[in-house]
Amino acid sequence: MPFLLNTPDDVRAMLEAIGVGSLDELFAMVPRELRLARELAIPPALTELELTSHLEALARQNVSAKEKACFLGGGSYDHFVPAVVDAIAGRGEFYTSYTPYQAEASQGNLQAFFEYQTLIARLTGMDVANASLYDGATAAAEAVLMSMSATGRRRHVVAAASVHPEYRQTLAAYLKNLGTELTTLATPDGILAPQQLATAVRDDTACVLVQHPNFFGCLENVEKLVHVAHDKGAMFVVVVDPISLGLLKRPGDYDADIVVAEGQSLGNPMSFGGPYLGIMACRERMVRRMPGRIAGQTVDRRGRRCWVLTLQTREQHIRREKATSNICTNQGLLALRALVYLAAAGPQGLREVAELCLRKAHYARTRLAAAGRRLALRFDRPAFKEFVVRSSDASVDDLLAEALDAGFFAGIPLSQWYPELDDCFLVAVTEKRSRAEIDGLATALNRIPRQVTAAHA
Amino acid sequence: MRNTRATQPLFELSKPGRRAMRMPAADVPDVPLAELLPESALAATPPELPELAEPDVVRHFTNLSTQNMSVDTHFYPLGSCTMKHNPKRNERLASLPGLLDLHPYQPQETLQGMLALLFELQELLGEIAGLPAVSLQPAAGAHGELASLLIAAAYFRDVDGKRTKVLAPDSAHGTNPASAAVAGFEPVTVKSTPQGFVDLVDLGAKLDNRAAVFMITNPNTLGMYDPNIKRIAEMVHAAGGLIYLDGANMNAILGISRPGDFGADMMHFNCHKTFSGPHGSGGPGAGPIAVSARLAPYLPTPLVERAGGGFRLGYDRPRSIGRVRSFFGNVGILVRAYCYIRTHGPDGLRRVSEHAVLNANYLLSRVKHIFPVPQGDRCMHEFVASAARLKTDKDISAMDIAKRLLDYGFHAPTVYFPPIVREALMIEPTETESKETLDAFAETLFRVTEEPADLLHEAPHTTPVSRPDEVRAARQPVMVWPRESSPDDGAGG
Ligand SMILES: Cc1ncc(COP(=O)(O)O)c(C=O)c1O
Repeated sequence: MPFLLNTPDDVRAMLEAIGVGSLDELFAMVPRELRLARELAIPPALTELELTSHLEALARQNVSAKEKACFLGGGSYDHFVPAVVDAIAGRGEFYTSYTPYQAEASQGNLQAFFEYQTLIARLTGMDVANASLYDGATAAAEAVLMSMSATGRRRHVVAAASVHPEYRQTLAAYLKNLGTELTTLATPDGILAPQQLATAVRDDTACVLVQHPNFFGCLENVEKLVHVAHDKGAMFVVVVDPISLGLLKRPGDYDADIVVAEGQSLGNPMSFGGPYLGIMACRERMVRRMPGRIAGQTVDRRGRRCWVLTLQTREQHIRREKATSNICTNQGLLALRALVYLAAAGPQGLREVAELCLRKAHYARTRLAAAGRRLALRFDRPAFKEFVVRSSDASVDDLLAEALDAGFFAGIPLSQWYPELDDCFLVAVTEKRSRAEIDGLATALNRIPRQVTAAHA
Repeated sequence: MRNTRATQPLFELSKPGRRAMRMPAADVPDVPLAELLPESALAATPPELPELAEPDVVRHFTNLSTQNMSVDTHFYPLGSCTMKHNPKRNERLASLPGLLDLHPYQPQETLQGMLALLFELQELLGEIAGLPAVSLQPAAGAHGELASLLIAAAYFRDVDGKRTKVLAPDSAHGTNPASAAVAGFEPVTVKSTPQGFVDLVDLGAKLDNRAAVFMITNPNTLGMYDPNIKRIAEMVHAAGGLIYLDGANMNAILGISRPGDFGADMMHFNCHKTFSGPHGSGGPGAGPIAVSARLAPYLPTPLVERAGGGFRLGYDRPRSIGRVRSFFGNVGILVRAYCYIRTHGPDGLRRVSEHAVLNANYLLSRVKHIFPVPQGDRCMHEFVASAARLKTDKDISAMDIAKRLLDYGFHAPTVYFPPIVREALMIEPTETESKETLDAFAETLFRVTEEPADLLHEAPHTTPVSRPDEVRAARQPVMVWPRESSPDDGAGG
């Protein structure tokens, strides 16, 4: 076994010291009838060389985003990751440490959490941030729970249909057994209309959950929506794209109460959906209701500046069933990657990434929906890096399949979540997509002959 | 050698005009920003981030890293956390572009290798659990607890609709009662016997027709296999409830005793513990769950299913609780777990547990002469010693010992958990440590208890900082770098 150190001599000496005759005897406290009388029915061990060949073979059966031009988004994006992120996160001292329960042996992690919290708070315009949650969806669900506890309103919450469908599904699952009603407001025009929100928010509504830019890529009318929510004493919880904050107004500037985000875009690989990280930031007055770890600055016994896990009385290991959340293990390493990414990007770098996404997405919009062709923009509204395309004749599946053959992950079909958008797909454009790729995608999507489509149908 | 100049907080290192990342010029037509986005949506100023060059970033974070203890650098016997060696092969393999650069919404025909791997992992975990149906979706152990309790809630809505309580022993990890509360149940605590096992009388008294689930950790948080586990499961089942097995301690029983065989209806794995996922300064983990056949319809979607000659993501599950997160799961950690299980095979996994238990018992045999171990002479993969006597006799607490161990180059055990042992030191050596390391650790523990109390009260003495003022951190929380120059006047914002 490659990771065991005890030699047969060691084992003999150790058993003797313990006072038992065999390894088997060590398990005496496991009742005989509860012991597995056979071997586990799993395949035999592989050496590193064999395992490598096996995994390489599995990897070859996938088509990666390195092999196709990736225009897929919907909460996971093919952004550029600078080498410095991998170099730092690959340090074993970060990689193979754990939650900093012993502050003196974890100052590196604690300071990194503190710096991460600072950068997230600055980026969102909020007072404080925690040290990460699981992902964007659970961060949104936790934010809604937090708004329920902060307002004391546990009966009702409102979400826009333009919030990521999987975030809303997650929220629904979290709320199901709490008896909290979740009203989902349709967004037929691609964004949530403030008048419509006004009719849905009640005196017992804990919060309004909105995504900006939303799942369709469109900018929501956040300033108006915040007013509507606050008028009824409901909190405004907003899901943002951290990259967009290189350019867009900060949620703190439009008076959001809790900001959450999927942090994958900040230096993390797509990795088929995880591990990612849930970002959460809020106003200082709510920090004691915030879930998750928080690093705080203090001084040591000799007056030296240092960091600890703080406000732990919110957490499950102290407060048990009265904790603000059940989260324990979080996404620390991904938060570190986000921190290094933001530190490397700086204000100018992040702004450049955001601007490139915006400009290229805008160019792709015009190219894909060029007049007289079969594709059109479904929502002709200000958008950041994503947009919804409608196909007038070919089926979406056929279009995307043809585009795949031509070398493109062209978009995400929307029918699985929005039956009324079964002729639509979502296209994302990051800074990594070149003009040639965008032109190629436009050509490929407009080249597919009608007959092919008819034959498939 | 540490360079303290480089570990100043990022904003102190920042200098206007520096930068590490530069993007290429746009290769698309230059349209004025104002034509792309409404003025009202734009920020007035660039984001408030520090300005650093790449050498700054590298030196800063590299020096920060040297202020951590880690498994790669130190013995890290943090009980309940299974700080075992992280195989380097897993890191390399999980980073193959064909596994790492996959978008979660790619067409499934472009994901057949990944889906094959995940399907096989579902099967492997089901076999190790002795439970037939597996969801890989939860992001960590606590998330697996929550998902399972939501499954129980859905199940009971279907069968009777009035079970509102979730029971857990007083020795349980904090996540158990917290998950019960988050899932909308009323958490109820069941007492432990003086030996640390579930008190059957108290359990019996609390098992009424409103009890939905009993959450049990076996081996328990004292590192003991509950001899009554079968009886407990029978009691809970007879009362119409379900058994949830907190699988944090699976490292003790791989291929030796299966939760499904000792009565569990559902359980989670902590892949970052048992299956060697790197703990990454607090995460990521992965907390797959395994359940019995009658609970399988309620598992979150999607599961990986066989389809024709290949695999697909199965969403057609009408009784599913839905989903508990976005996308498939913490796939990168699941890939590492898969690599770990395939590296070991049936014999190897069993050996892992045998050596984890051997190391713990050996260390116990050496430590019990120094500290009382209330549970006795034997343990599974970990044990809990008590510094209560030392506290009374010499005013040396579990925390003092933990801090002093750092001076000798050992990470501390888990302290003050489980809550049922006074001055608890919870020690889990794992199988990836040698007899020499365990001997050195035991000798150090002994030496520490002989040291003057004053020395221990001020320990550690060799770390970059010592005994941070936690009260001050909580009373006047400073959770972000203050905008003004002095770090002391900035409260939280
Ligand atoms: C006994 C026990 N149960 C549950 C958990 C929670 O697992 P996680 O931290 O992966 O959420 C832990 C670990 O921290 C644990 O030790």
